[in-house]
Amino acid sequence: MIFGLDEVTVIESGQTALGEVDVEVAPGSITVLIGADGAGKSTAAGVMVGLRRPDGGRVRRPPRRKIGYQPEAAGTWAELTVAENLAFVAAAHKLGRSQKPRIDALLEVTDLTGATDRLAGQLSGGMRQKLAVAMAMLPDPELVVLDEPTTGLDPISRSELWRLLARSAGEGTAVLATTSYLDEAERADDVVVLDEGRVLATGSAAEIRAGFIGTIAVSDVAVAGDHAWRRGPRWRVWSPDGSTPPGLLRVAPDLEDVVTAAALLRRESA
Amino acid sequence: MLAMIAKEVRQVRRDRRTLAMMIVMPVMLLVIFGYAASFDVSSIQTAVTGSGADLVTANLPGTFEVVPVDHGDPVDVLRRGEADVMIVAEPAGATAYIDGSELFTARAAQAAFNAAAASGAPITTEVLFNPELDTSAVLVPGLAGLILIFIGSLVTSLGVVRERQAGTLEQLAVMPLRPRDIFVGKIAPYFVVATVDLVVVLFVGWLVFDVPFVGSPWVLALGSVLFLFVTLGIGVLISTVSENQGQAIQLAIMTLLPQVLLSGLIFPLESMAPGVRWLGYLLPLTYFNQIARGVMLKDAPLGSLLMPLGLLAALGLVVFGLAVLRFRRELGVTRRGVEA
Repeated sequence: MIFGLDEVTVIESGQTALGEVDVEVAPGSITVLIGADGAGKSTAAGVMVGLRRPDGGRVRRPPRRKIGYQPEAAGTWAELTVAENLAFVAAAHKLGRSQKPRIDALLEVTDLTGATDRLAGQLSGGMRQKLAVAMAMLPDPELVVLDEPTTGLDPISRSELWRLLARSAGEGTAVLATTSYLDEAERADDVVVLDEGRVLATGSAAEIRAGFIGTIAVSDVAVAGDHAWRRGPRWRVWSPDGSTPPGLLRVAPDLEDVVTAAALLRRESA
Repeated sequence: MLAMIAKEVRQVRRDRRTLAMMIVMPVMLLVIFGYAASFDVSSIQTAVTGSGADLVTANLPGTFEVVPVDHGDPVDVLRRGEADVMIVAEPAGATAYIDGSELFTARAAQAAFNAAAASGAPITTEVLFNPELDTSAVLVPGLAGLILIFIGSLVTSLGVVRERQAGTLEQLAVMPLRPRDIFVGKIAPYFVVATVDLVVVLFVGWLVFDVPFVGSPWVLALGSVLFLFVTLGIGVLISTVSENQGQAIQLAIMTLLPQVLLSGLIFPLESMAPGVRWLGYLLPLTYFNQIARGVMLKDAPLGSLLMPLGLLAALGLVVFGLAVLRFRRELGVTRRGVEA
C-alpha cells in the first residue's frame, strides 16, 4: 500500500497551514518534504502520523503499531539511557525479547553500541538524532516519519543518518522525512517542495529540475529585479521566457534555482 | 538602557499569566487572606450535659455556641467532632472537656474558662487528644497533606509539561498506547513517591515531634488515596493548560497558597469571614486536614469522617475526571482520523 496525503488541508488560527497538499510515500522509498521554515513540513508530518487532524482531504497510513515517528524535538527521554529509551519503545510496541537482535543491529548502524549506558540527555546532538531515528525504526514499521532528522547535524552525521534511512528503505519501509536542506532532496526517491503550505513541485529531484521553465544566468555584480537573488558571492537571474540577459553567463539550473523560481512564480500569481 | 526597559515591558505585557500574577494576585491575596488571617475564635461549638446543664449554659460567654449531642460520653462526642468542647455539669462541679486537636479553639476555650474561674464560676478543664496543646501535633498531619500537594500537583504537572516540551508527548501519542496507559503510567510513580513521603513524614513527626498516631492507619490511607487523586488530578490539569514549566510552577503555587492559608491548617476556618470560609470548603486540604487530625490525634472512627471522606471523593471525581478528559483530548486529537 502506498501511504500519503490526498488533498489535505489544515487551517491553523485562521491561516492555511496546508492547502490541498498531496504526498505519496511508497514502501521501499524515501520521500522528502522540503521547504523553508513555516512551509508546512512539520504540519504535514504531523498529519501523516495522526498528530494533527486535517480539516480536509484524506490520509493513508498504516495502523499506529506500524508507524515509526521522530518528532522535530527528537522525542528521546533525556533522563533515560540509550538502552532504556529503546527498551521503552520496544515495550510500548509489545515487541518482547525477540527484538534484541534488531536493537543490537540498530545500535550498530547508528554507532551507539558503545553508548547504551549513556543518558540520552548527555548525548551530542548527532547521537541523539541517531537514537531518535533508531527508536522510530525499532518497531520495524511500515511507515517511518522523521521530522527534520538532520537539522543541526554536522555533515558527517547527516551523511550517516541518510545512510540509515536508505538502509531502512532498502528493507521495504516507506520513509517520509522533512528537511530544510535542498541538497538532501538529491538523496530521496521523491521530493515534495512546500512553500507557505502549498505544493510547489513534486517528483524526483531530476524530474523537478527537468520541469523548470526558463533560464538561469549568473552575474558577479549585483542585479536588480524581482527575479534576481544572491547566492554566495554571485547573483542569479531567472528569465521565465528562456532568454539570457546581456552580459550574464547562462548556467544549468540546479534544484535550488528551480525551487526559488517556483516560489517566486507562486507569490507573483497569488 | 531604555531599549532594554522597552524590551522587558513588551515581554511582560505579552506574558499575560505573569502579568495577572503581578497585578491581580497581590490584590486578591490581600483581600482573601486579610479576611482569613485571624487566630481569633468567634464561635466554639459546645455540648453541655448533666443535671446542672441549664445553669452552666445560662452562664456561658457568648463565644460558646451550644449544640445538641446524642452521646453522653465526652471523649466520644469530641472524637466524633460533634463539638469542640463538652461540659459535664454535675452537682459536685462542672468539667469542661476540650478537643486539643483544634488548637486555637482549645486555647480560646481554656482562656474563657480561666477567666470564668477568676470571676468565681469555676469549671475544671481537661484537654483531650493533645493535652499539652502542642503545635506540632496539630501541624504535622496538615503538613503531610501539603507535601502530598507538592508532589501531586507541582511535580506531576512539571513531569507532564516536560514531556510536552521535549516532544516526547508527541512520541507517546503516536505509539500504540491507549490514553489510559499513558495517563496511569505517568502518574503512578508520583502516587508511589507521595505515599512513601507520607509514611516518612508521619514517621518523622512521631519520632522527632512526638506526634501521636492513635487511630486506624487504614482510615488515613483511604483519606490519603482520595486526597492524592485530587492533587494528582490538579497536577495533570495544570499541565494541560501550561505551555512550559514556568507556567506550571506559577499555577501550582496559585493552587498551593490558598490551601496553606484557607484550609484550616494555620488559621481556624471558624475565624474566617463566611465568603473566604466557603473558599476553604472547596479545597481538598481542608478535608485531608480534618481526616488526618481526626485519625492521628483522636482515633476518630470511620463513621465520623464520612463527610470529609465523601467530599474528598466528590472533589476527586470532578478534578480527576476533568484531568482525564483534558489529557485524553490532548492525546485524543491525534488519534482521530486514523485510516489503516
